[in-house]
Amino acid sequence: MSRTILDCRRLLCPMPVIRVQDRIAELQAGDELQAICTDPGVMQDIPAWCRINGHEILEQRLEDDEYILLIRVQDTEG
Amino acid sequence: MQRKAVALISGGLDSLLAVRVMQEQGIYVEGINFFTGFCVEGHTHAIRKKDQKKPKRNNALWCAEQLGIKLHIIDIVEEYKDVVFNPRYGYGANLNPCLDCKIFMVKKAREWMEAHDFDFIITGEVVGQRPKSQRKDTMPVVQKDSGIEDRLLRPLCARNLPPTLPEREGWVDRDKLYDFSGRSRKPQMALAKAFGFADYAQPAGGCCFLTDEQYSIKLQDLWQARGNKQYEMDDIMLLKVGRHIRPEPGYKLIISREEGEGKFLQGYRKQYPSLKTTSHAGPLCLIDGDFAEEQIEQAARIVARYSQGKNAPEVELEFRDTEGNTRLLTVPPLPPHELKKEWVV
Ligand code: SF4
Repeated sequence: MSRTILDCRRLLCPMPVIRVQDRIAELQAGDELQAICTDPGVMQDIPAWCRINGHEILEQRLEDDEYILLIRVQDTEG
Repeated sequence: MQRKAVALISGGLDSLLAVRVMQEQGIYVEGINFFTGFCVEGHTHAIRKKDQKKPKRNNALWCAEQLGIKLHIIDIVEEYKDVVFNPRYGYGANLNPCLDCKIFMVKKAREWMEAHDFDFIITGEVVGQRPKSQRKDTMPVVQKDSGIEDRLLRPLCARNLPPTLPEREGWVDRDKLYDFSGRSRKPQMALAKAFGFADYAQPAGGCCFLTDEQYSIKLQDLWQARGNKQYEMDDIMLLKVGRHIRPEPGYKLIISREEGEGKFLQGYRKQYPSLKTTSHAGPLCLIDGDFAEEQIEQAARIVARYSQGKNAPEVELEFRDTEGNTRLLTVPPLPPHELKKEWVV
């Protein structure tokens, strides 16, 4: 289990989702990914992407104009 | 054996319906959404205040969630440039290379389909709905040039077209497909109602900024100024923001129209020299291109004209280069009649 930080600052929709999606493809079940974003749209879109693809959102919050989402990667094979 | 289809999901109603029609027939579907850089939603989110009232959701993701399917968003920004620069079948009313775009997307989806062992592709296309890419005579061009041939099924208008492989093989029942055609949206709306979809995106115009006249003019201006058809992601994003004013062929000003845009442009101050009024409230301006020293003053006078000091005898501005070095300028704002119409892109 590891925690990766992904800098998605200044990226606009759908780039943060694409970055999260592509990084998760490289991670293992149980790993955590923290995405730091500035596009407010991510508060809807990253959780939606996670629900669709079966990953878990552990936390989402706004801190100093940055949107921070913590995702736990799930095993979605099969 | 359950057959698997990959659907091109735009986020609009048609692809939503096409997938649901397939699901009704027991087909397993996953979606692909291609990001070209010009997609209408996305970027524009949340830059301007007036956009903030709109729901900040990505329609393709929202559709996938309604349908209960996986969605793969694929960044094709780099490869797509070739489609925009040299469309074999030309542009539409603006810089939209719709037919080449469709061929390209279906070809990419075919590669994905083959790599992931899916059986066929579906799209939400309707014959006659769009003037160029969805005509009865151009639809076979997409099939042929993309290499997908008869593994491309358009569930909403399939009965107006020759049977495809999934129909001939009995994977799907042709009688339960549709025969929509033309520009009327009524049949789609009725089908949406029948499926219980009440809330869906209804994009006006096309799926991307290339269909927008103003946007296309700005892109053409950029190409002309640079002497070649090229763009980077930042260029095409900045074409969506601010007023664009080109006082000389070599450089242009990108001036924020409101606070949200100003904040957005601030993120570019390491890439572009900028001007900001300091004596009065005013916009942030990026300077794109090559300019001589004396042109900074010209630029400053233009920016001052858009500040609250436009009627003041003098306005003070800060010029900042890409390294972060700053200096102050004091200029008289440009009077309105001196701002030439042809400068405004
Ligand atoms: S509107 Fe844009 S995205 Fe849609 S087919 Fe035309 S070029 Fe492609």
